[in-house]
Amino acid sequence: MVINNKERAEMLRQLAGTNVSLCIQCGRCSANCPVAWKMDVLPHRFVYELLNGGNVDVLLEAKSPWKCLSCFSCAERCPKGVSPAAIMEAVRLTHIRAQGNNKLNPADLENYDDKMPQQAIVAAFRKFNK
Amino acid sequence: MQKIGVFVCWCGSNIAGTVDVAAVVEAVKKIPDVAYAVDYKYMCSEEGQKIIKDAVEEYGLDRIVVCSCSPRMHEATFRKCAESIGINPYMVEIANIREQCSWVLKDVKVATEKAIQLAKAAIAKVRFNNPLHPGQSQVVKRALVIGGGIAGIQTALDIADAGYKVDILEKEPTIGGKMAQIDKTFPTLDCSACILTPKMVDAACHENITIHTYSDLEAVSGYVGNFDVTIRKKARSVKADICSGCGICTEKCPARKTPSEFDEGLRNRGAIYIPFAQAIPKVPVIDREACLKFKTGKCGVCSIVCPNGAIDYTQEDELITEKYGAIVLATGFELIDLENYGNLGYGRSKNVITSMQLERLTNAAGPTEGHLVCPASGKEPKSVVIVSCVGSRDTSGRGKTYCSKVCCMYNAKHAMYIREKYPNVDVTVFYIDVRTPGKGFDEFQRRAVEEYGVHYVRGQVGKIMSDKEGNLTVFASDLNSGRHLMLNPDLVVLACAVKPAKDARKLASMLTASIDTNDFYVEAHPKLRPVESPTAGIFLSGMCQGPKDIPETVSQAGAAAAKVIGLLAKDKLMTNPCTAKCNEQICSGCLTCTNVCPYGAISGVEKEVVTLNGTREKRVVAVVNEALCQGCGACTVACPSASMDLQGFTNKQILAEVDALC
Repeated sequence: MVINNKERAEMLRQLAGTNVSLCIQCGRCSANCPVAWKMDVLPHRFVYELLNGGNVDVLLEAKSPWKCLSCFSCAERCPKGVSPAAIMEAVRLTHIRAQGNNKLNPADLENYDDKMPQQAIVAAFRKFNK
Repeated sequence: MQKIGVFVCWCGSNIAGTVDVAAVVEAVKKIPDVAYAVDYKYMCSEEGQKIIKDAVEEYGLDRIVVCSCSPRMHEATFRKCAESIGINPYMVEIANIREQCSWVLKDVKVATEKAIQLAKAAIAKVRFNNPLHPGQSQVVKRALVIGGGIAGIQTALDIADAGYKVDILEKEPTIGGKMAQIDKTFPTLDCSACILTPKMVDAACHENITIHTYSDLEAVSGYVGNFDVTIRKKARSVKADICSGCGICTEKCPARKTPSEFDEGLRNRGAIYIPFAQAIPKVPVIDREACLKFKTGKCGVCSIVCPNGAIDYTQEDELITEKYGAIVLATGFELIDLENYGNLGYGRSKNVITSMQLERLTNAAGPTEGHLVCPASGKEPKSVVIVSCVGSRDTSGRGKTYCSKVCCMYNAKHAMYIREKYPNVDVTVFYIDVRTPGKGFDEFQRRAVEEYGVHYVRGQVGKIMSDKEGNLTVFASDLNSGRHLMLNPDLVVLACAVKPAKDARKLASMLTASIDTNDFYVEAHPKLRPVESPTAGIFLSGMCQGPKDIPETVSQAGAAAAKVIGLLAKDKLMTNPCTAKCNEQICSGCLTCTNVCPYGAISGVEKEVVTLNGTREKRVVAVVNEALCQGCGACTVACPSASMDLQGFTNKQILAEVDALC
């Protein structure tokens, strides 16, 4: 196992705000993900790497967070109440922060649905921005 | 003058590691009436008890305080020790300086100070202790076993073999339980019915066993050794003494719309039915909600075809009252409802089945006579997916938080016998962990992989979709390879979580037996008293206490039976003398106590009493039945005139303890 950069793993964990230590690594998140077939790193891996302080780079370099629909299927079906979607979002946020500033102005957007989950809207901004 | 001896235990380093025991001894020595104080490494040991005995003789002690572990652990030990040298056992007090002090504190100074305070409180209490003498109660030499599955049958057989009368109470029309539905048993793959039905017959033929099927527990009162039980024997609508069990009625019954409970809904049964061929008793029962005669008044086919005239539409429920010395709970389990797992398609597709349904599909006595087919098409499957942990280990609120324990093994069993009978059928098991502790269990699971070529994939199934033709698509993950899978099996088997039987909670409140948050019955001690309920006289057997397989259930059934036999073998039981006592002189006869008593131990009795002024008058006072009183103390709190007092825990004693602490 590659142990690198515990601080960054901790930062991602805090950004995600989901308790990864509850994970029993069953893989239901990856099984339920509707875009799993397009992902290079499956959702369960995002929890696993944070849980065991592992390879954060593989998460940061993955294309998966930009494929993630923020549909929350993973979080909804998780038997332990972990949210891999929140970690996907944390990875996106890390990239945005590394860029320096967010050039997208939410006020410029007109046609979005009020009923969308807040995180999905924000996630859409991240992806759009990239 | 009182002579109190104080004995401070180290409990190895359990207490002495945090509490300065020598300082405790020095502190208590200064208290008036303390004639002797000493510390020792293990007070409960034989050597420790000898120190107590020697001190009693040398210093003429009449009261003993032991500063040690919780009284739940060793109060009885020290009481016996006192009794052996002629001191009334109730002149012993325990100061709990382990669980309530050394284990919960880290600082030696603080812990020592607290230990001294606790010792002072116990000394203050022991001054007011009075010798108490236990009463005696009779033991009814008959046991009741609730539940007629393998747990109940085995418990009943073991008790009956020891020579005691046993009644089995079963809510279904037959005994046998879940084991009767199962096809084969792990790890030997022998036929379940072949090993169960001889036991059923043994129970039915045993001179000491009475079986009440299709019956419910109506009411329970009493206490250990003397339970008064009312059983409701529901109306079968068939005269059991005349019926020959030929089964013609069950064949001719025209109302065939009710799914068979025994066949897990895979086929329908008649309104009059016998659950299965080897049912005991082999007497049909009319399901009055399904029966046309009861619903519309028109039909009566069964009574026409019955060669013996055994059908009786007017039969009514019968109430039986009986006295028992002990009650065993063996109420078993059922599978969880899958309503929270819509993503797995159960109920939408007939080809998604539960493990119990698979048992019926592969059982030679089942709806397909043991021929494995997809329920939707009736065709043999080419590939089967087995999903483990459906609803188990789930803290999200949809399922059960615990591991159901038996699924890993029966998944391997199912996979194996599908491959054995149909070598061309591909079987894939999705698992989180394979948990197979037990004699020969891991070897069994490995055989599934090594000899039978079952695919074990570490991962889980997410969604199961079904198209118009009933073809299934399974989306799953393969964690070891990091792949997302899409499979098209013909049949999916869901290894659902187990849960306690529906009426476990109701029975628990009727019997004042404790249950946990999942409705499993709680044992008196998880390690040392695993087959007893905390309520005296109630014992636990089988799945109702927690998930377990057949070998474990049978062992536990035997253990519960041994405990019951131990109880029934006694002619008399010593009752706890720490019961409530009414001071009739000041009792006003308001009888508030009778309303709060959970055991119905107090009643108002009109009698002649001596009043405080010495005059005699006839009035109603509260009288406690010592055999029923459990010493909970509710009445002492409720009594407005403080005339109720709990012996061994009198108001005087408690207040003295509080005074010593403050």
